[in-house]
Amino acid sequence: MAARSFLEDGSRRMTDLTLSSQAIAGKTAPPGEARALRFPTQWLGVTPFFIFAIMFLILPTLYLMLGAFQNDAGEFTLDNIFALSQAHIVAAYWISIKVSLASSLIGAFAGLAIAIAIVRGGLPNWIRSATLTFSGVASNFAGVPLAFAFIATLGRLGLVTVLLNTLVGLNLYAHGFNLLSFWGLTLTYVYFQIPLMVVIIVPAIDGLKKEWGEAAATLGATQSQYWRMVVIPVLWPSFLGTVILLFANAFGAIATAYALTGSSLNIVPILLYAQIRGDVLHNAHLGYAIAFGMIFITGLANIFYIWFRTRSERWLK
Amino acid sequence: MAEPFLSIQHVRKSFGATTVVEDFNLDVEPGEFVSFLGPSGCGKTTVLRMVAGFEEPSAGKIVVAGKDITRLKPNQRNVGMVFQAYALFPNLTVAQNIGFGLRVAGMPRADIDARVAEMLDMIKLPQMADHYPYQLSGGQQQRIALARAIAPKPKLLLLDEPLSALDAKVRVSLREEIRSIQKKLGITTIFVTHDQEEALSISDRIAVMYGGKAEQVGTPFEIYNRPATKFVANFVGTLNVLEGKVTDAASGTVQVNTQEVSLKGKLNGSKSGDMLSLALRPEAISLGRQPGRDSSLSGEISEVHFLGSVIRVRVGIGGNTVSLDTFNSPATPPPAVGEKAEISFSSSDMLVLH
Amino acid sequence: MKAGKFWAWIVFILGAAYFFIPLIATIEFSLRMRRGVYSFDAYKVVLGDSQFQTTFMYSVIVAVFTILLGVLIVVPTAYWIRLRLPQLRPVVEFITLLPLVIPAIVIVFGYIRMYGSNSPLPFLSNNTATNALLVIGYAALALPYMYRAVDTGLRTIDVRTLTEAAQILGAGWGTIVTRVILPNVLIAVLSGAFLTFAIVIGEFTMASLLNRPAFGPYLQNLVANRAYEPAALSIIAFVITWGCMSLIQVLSRFAPKSANRPN
Repeated sequence: MAARSFLEDGSRRMTDLTLSSQAIAGKTAPPGEARALRFPTQWLGVTPFFIFAIMFLILPTLYLMLGAFQNDAGEFTLDNIFALSQAHIVAAYWISIKVSLASSLIGAFAGLAIAIAIVRGGLPNWIRSATLTFSGVASNFAGVPLAFAFIATLGRLGLVTVLLNTLVGLNLYAHGFNLLSFWGLTLTYVYFQIPLMVVIIVPAIDGLKKEWGEAAATLGATQSQYWRMVVIPVLWPSFLGTVILLFANAFGAIATAYALTGSSLNIVPILLYAQIRGDVLHNAHLGYAIAFGMIFITGLANIFYIWFRTRSERWLK
Repeated sequence: MAEPFLSIQHVRKSFGATTVVEDFNLDVEPGEFVSFLGPSGCGKTTVLRMVAGFEEPSAGKIVVAGKDITRLKPNQRNVGMVFQAYALFPNLTVAQNIGFGLRVAGMPRADIDARVAEMLDMIKLPQMADHYPYQLSGGQQQRIALARAIAPKPKLLLLDEPLSALDAKVRVSLREEIRSIQKKLGITTIFVTHDQEEALSISDRIAVMYGGKAEQVGTPFEIYNRPATKFVANFVGTLNVLEGKVTDAASGTVQVNTQEVSLKGKLNGSKSGDMLSLALRPEAISLGRQPGRDSSLSGEISEVHFLGSVIRVRVGIGGNTVSLDTFNSPATPPPAVGEKAEISFSSSDMLVLH
Repeated sequence: MKAGKFWAWIVFILGAAYFFIPLIATIEFSLRMRRGVYSFDAYKVVLGDSQFQTTFMYSVIVAVFTILLGVLIVVPTAYWIRLRLPQLRPVVEFITLLPLVIPAIVIVFGYIRMYGSNSPLPFLSNNTATNALLVIGYAALALPYMYRAVDTGLRTIDVRTLTEAAQILGAGWGTIVTRVILPNVLIAVLSGAFLTFAIVIGEFTMASLLNRPAFGPYLQNLVANRAYEPAALSIIAFVITWGCMSLIQVLSRFAPKSANRPN
């Protein structure tokens, strides 16, 4: 569950990144300390961390990424990357991208609406704190239990399916709905995407100062002018940044989909899972290439995320 | 007397059972600079927010230039407001912030640019046009906020503790700048503050507020020298209060500790035997007998604080302590603690607080 | 204003419905094991299942070791970065964010290829070593959460000033870390620990690909083969997650408030 619940603390993260650029410039480090750094003993304190990171994060990943560009004899080749263009691999990437995109967009807009409702909607205070606590739980509620909750709800014998059929006479499955499909998976992913959005975006909405609205009003702006010229531009970077984060979050997830659909819905992580378990592609290096493709996509998404986040933090300092 | 430009009439505001503002009345002349001065919770900000339109009065009305604006929305009132926390829009540059009011009013681009340039010159920050608020110091941000409020040529300028978030030096220079801009433009201004020195130095008139009511409205000179109530006397400036007992109401003799002072004609209505509070500003008291001062009391020096150009001396008179300031003079050493001392003052400077 | 409040309620109620209906449906389903009446049979069967007990215990133990490893790696690093090597901060932060970029399945794929039985570091050659590799993998997954929690805790207490104050008072390094720093970041460390626990306890991908007898793969297997037990387990899993999050919330109330820095 790589990016599952990205931290409640997302907003602070980038503040730290800004601080760190100052630290590089030497503003926070007194000159005496800079001199002391020449002694290698200073570095001993962080050695275990770097050994851990190199051995168990960086090298294994590099190993796969290099492997994606090698053949069995260890020679450089682009064949594995080209081999990704096989129809069923392209289809897997495509459905993964679609599910991730749909669930992140739906999750983002629904999460934003809920966040605005609980922060600015004039609802009782306990609703806000209850929603935030629940969001913390639900954004971490994924995998098999989540999949089963949706089977119990919208599966063929699920509560809602049955109730709709007996009470209203609406047979979901006769109308083409299937939980084990693109929309079923999207609807299930939304269950952890919405709360993740709420958890990240509420601090951003809290960051909108009441005085901005009042200043805009005294300057003659209508409510909609204020939203168009201030609120949306201010929220936009953190909103878009969070969408990208939700995208990466869904893209790497496997347990929920696997529990829900077995291997009937061919998304990339499941394809890779099957490849690792049984070498179904009969080519280890093609597996590396699939992994490389995943890192490439989530990596790209996260670069955008950091870029947007830095922009919004800069304004809201 | 000219027609008041802003007239606040019998305004009352309650939130549920608590009344924050009671029967507030104030007429402001065109171009006048009026401060609302009071401790936090006195209702000064609430009155300001009712003028801006953020709070609706529970009763009473607010008239600007002959027009009742009590029920108008804030964005229809054409008032400019400056907030304590600057409240600049973080996503807009300095120039866009200043031009915001003009843009929402639909002014042509070229006119906006011209007006923004004019405003930037006025606040002496023309080189900052393309900066973002986060790149500016607090003092700069507040000047931009002032320019933004003034740019659409509002009828009224409302300043809600605009200097409180700034450090001491910037506070003084910015308050002088605000005053000079205000005078130049002749814009009617209400300034809310809890800092009496600020209010005294900047205002045409001050409304001292306490418990939701205006205790006294007057020029800084009147407020300081002729406080109407005990609260005003205490809140504005440093005040020495002496407890006294009327010994002879007819001749105006009051006993302080065991000594007598004469307060002819100031006791209006007090009877012999009444207890009184007598107040004196430190600067109205001299150490030793001085020509032209008709009253004196003797006591013992209890504290001496060297403050640079002045020396603050405390003198104990029975149970009362009196602070007074003497100028530093390099030739004479400061008085010493424990010395006997006599203080003198004019009985006309003494305030009787009932 | 009134209309806004109306829409806020609508949004909230729709959201609440979306989130509560699946939970209610699952609870309802989990109670249906005995024909015709609601009963807790499914829970009894699940809790009595020896496989449930062994896999759950296995995952709890793995979680505990993961937390220990995470704390050992993160606390000294975060402290040292704040105190002595602030110029390394961007590098360390970038590394701690990597697990959000690299999907778990890719990381474990790399482990399998790099640390196979024939490699110089054959983690997969025996059970104990593979268990260790699982703990390591989980510690990597939890790195972003643990680091963030601890770093936030350290920032609130302003470690540099505290350390210098302790040094002036004559404290040695051992005293500083155990008596000054740890007690002050304990709450933050515990928050990170519970979050780690919530992530690790039902994790499927790594455990499954390393063939570990953990709770996640057990759940997966159960979904494929049983009807009512998975519903009961889903509810139990939800309650565990809820418990971890509530503990974090409760703990945050005891966290030291920054006393010396207004921002």
